[in-house]
Amino acid sequence: MLIVTGEATAEVGESRPVRVFLVDDHALFRAGVRAELAAAAEQVEVVGEAGSVAEAVAGIGHYQPEVVLLDVHMPDGGGAEVLRQVRSKNAEVVFLALSVSDAAEDVIAVIRGGARGYVTKTISGRELADAIERVRAGDAVFSPRLAGFVLDAFSEGPNSAPVGDPELDLLTPREREVLRLLARGYAYKEIASELFISVKTVETHVSSVLRKTQLSNRYELSRWASDRRLV
Amino acid sequence: MRARSVTIDAVNARKPTRAAETADATQEIAMPSATERRPQAPAFAQLRRRRTGRLVAGVAGGVAEHLDLPVLWVRGAFAVLAGCGGAGILAYALLWVFVPQGTTAERPISVRERQQGLGLILLGIGAMVAVGSLIALPTWVVALLVVELVGAAVVWREADESQRRRWRQGARSGVADALFGGGGRSALVRILAGASLVVVGIVVFLVGTSSIDDVRFGLLAVAATLIGVAVLTVPWWVRLVRDLNVERASRIRSQERAEIAAHLHDSVLQTLALIQKQADSEREVRRLARGQERELRNWLYGPDGYGSDRRAPVEDAPATAFAAELGRICGEVEDVFAVKIQQVVVGDCDLDERLTAQLAAAREAVVNAAKHAGVAEVSVYAEVESAQVSVYVRDRGAGFDPDNVPEDRHGLADSIRGRMQRHGGRVKVRTSPGAGTEVQMEMPRAAA
Repeated sequence: MLIVTGEATAEVGESRPVRVFLVDDHALFRAGVRAELAAAAEQVEVVGEAGSVAEAVAGIGHYQPEVVLLDVHMPDGGGAEVLRQVRSKNAEVVFLALSVSDAAEDVIAVIRGGARGYVTKTISGRELADAIERVRAGDAVFSPRLAGFVLDAFSEGPNSAPVGDPELDLLTPREREVLRLLARGYAYKEIASELFISVKTVETHVSSVLRKTQLSNRYELSRWASDRRLV
Repeated sequence: MRARSVTIDAVNARKPTRAAETADATQEIAMPSATERRPQAPAFAQLRRRRTGRLVAGVAGGVAEHLDLPVLWVRGAFAVLAGCGGAGILAYALLWVFVPQGTTAERPISVRERQQGLGLILLGIGAMVAVGSLIALPTWVVALLVVELVGAAVVWREADESQRRRWRQGARSGVADALFGGGGRSALVRILAGASLVVVGIVVFLVGTSSIDDVRFGLLAVAATLIGVAVLTVPWWVRLVRDLNVERASRIRSQERAEIAAHLHDSVLQTLALIQKQADSEREVRRLARGQERELRNWLYGPDGYGSDRRAPVEDAPATAFAAELGRICGEVEDVFAVKIQQVVVGDCDLDERLTAQLAAAREAVVNAAKHAGVAEVSVYAEVESAQVSVYVRDRGAGFDPDNVPEDRHGLADSIRGRMQRHGGRVKVRTSPGAGTEVQMEMPRAAA
């Protein structure tokens, strides 16, 4: 976890809007997101936007936003490329992938590149603002679809390749359960009451799933692909 | 303690993981068309000669980038090899001929690096001459060889630059164009200078060596001229081959473009036209847009869609029908009842009788949710495990009291519960008024 927790707790008292930077190659879509987020102005403030990888890298360096909303599909490298270039320099910037893509490889690549969550473009403005606040506070935000992708990537199919480090490569039964409920469309609160645990614990599980996704060895992705074709 | 050490290891492992991932991604890109379709895939550092920051032809720089070594080392290696009977120079020349020039602009070269490089070149030539004279080649032969080499290098360098211009203009090349490159007077001068150097070298070499055996002299002269011509036209031949490759690549690209255009015409444009005609009916517009989105999404990202790598022919892939069939069902219900269905499927398998029954039950559950819940979105989650297949249909709508269902409502009892139980499956319904409904359907898989 790269989040500076000290800073986060210091700001709990004053509710300053989260500084957000938008990266998407479609100007129309950026305008739409801005309009949606304007309704939640006390939570979120859009400080800048970019339409290409180079612009994004320069813009993030200049505006120093707290959260970057990152498109997965872009010309010249996409979200993964932005992550690669920015994360080495500005480690404290948090990324939230916002995508229309249904290609699990793309989305998982961005998550593995270090994004703190993934939401789809059909999300409502209110939900998006909440998701931004959550990643800002250090949580991971999973949409049902991403939970499905991750379950798929970690699934223990009959054709699965041998794994390298079992501690990293496997999800615990509890994490699997949490992910499954996420994929079924449950909110964190509902998962907590379903499993008789606290919301905080749910968040911990989701964060550790995210960490495993980012650190797990490369077998999963190829395994995922082959499982999908062979099972 | 154990856990902590694992975490630290994991953090350290991050960088190699990413590198491995890059390699993995490259392996997946088998077809050239796939590369073009996904330009965002990380490019593996291919062996390409440098365009900027080069001393002679950018070979050393290219090799250094390819191997991820300091340029100085590579140049040094070439210099040392040049001492071994000129192997370094030969290797350099061969790489120059056969490695295509890179297209990206890199950093400019620093003065110090240039000086070092020039020093190394002199060192290499010096070493070659020294070693050459050691193994009893007369010095003047070596000198003539150097003259020839320099001449050839001048011609080559000129051809190379014209090639670069040609890339930019995209013109097809003829022989004259290849040699002179449209570079005007200075290019012509350089070509002539290079050619005459080569010819002078050859002639002097022959005059010096052949004792006056006329026939043999004639043969040698012809052979030498032919070799000279061959050497001078090698750039042209190489370029011909490259042109063919470029043309093939652009043909593939234009075919793909035509395919995409045809698809968009058949789907998106048609739908947009329909939407324009029916703009008054919000419901109909939504239905059309949703149907089109689903279709296009499937085409782009679906398992045998356009965006997936179509490396395996479709017929030897097993009919993994469960996910596709569930998707079709959800799409149908979306269209008929004008609700959005968020559908997530993990895993896939072949359909059999049981799973067909389960799909029918799932369809009924989705229809129920769409009809009675009064919400705009329904979640469908399906998971295929080795032992069983589970489908969850959930809405956040009205909900109902299971004890108060009127007797005449058969949907849940017959279509869902009955169907599942007849095939050995289980159904659980969780609902209460105001809290939405979730129908869980579990079907054991036939022992395969």
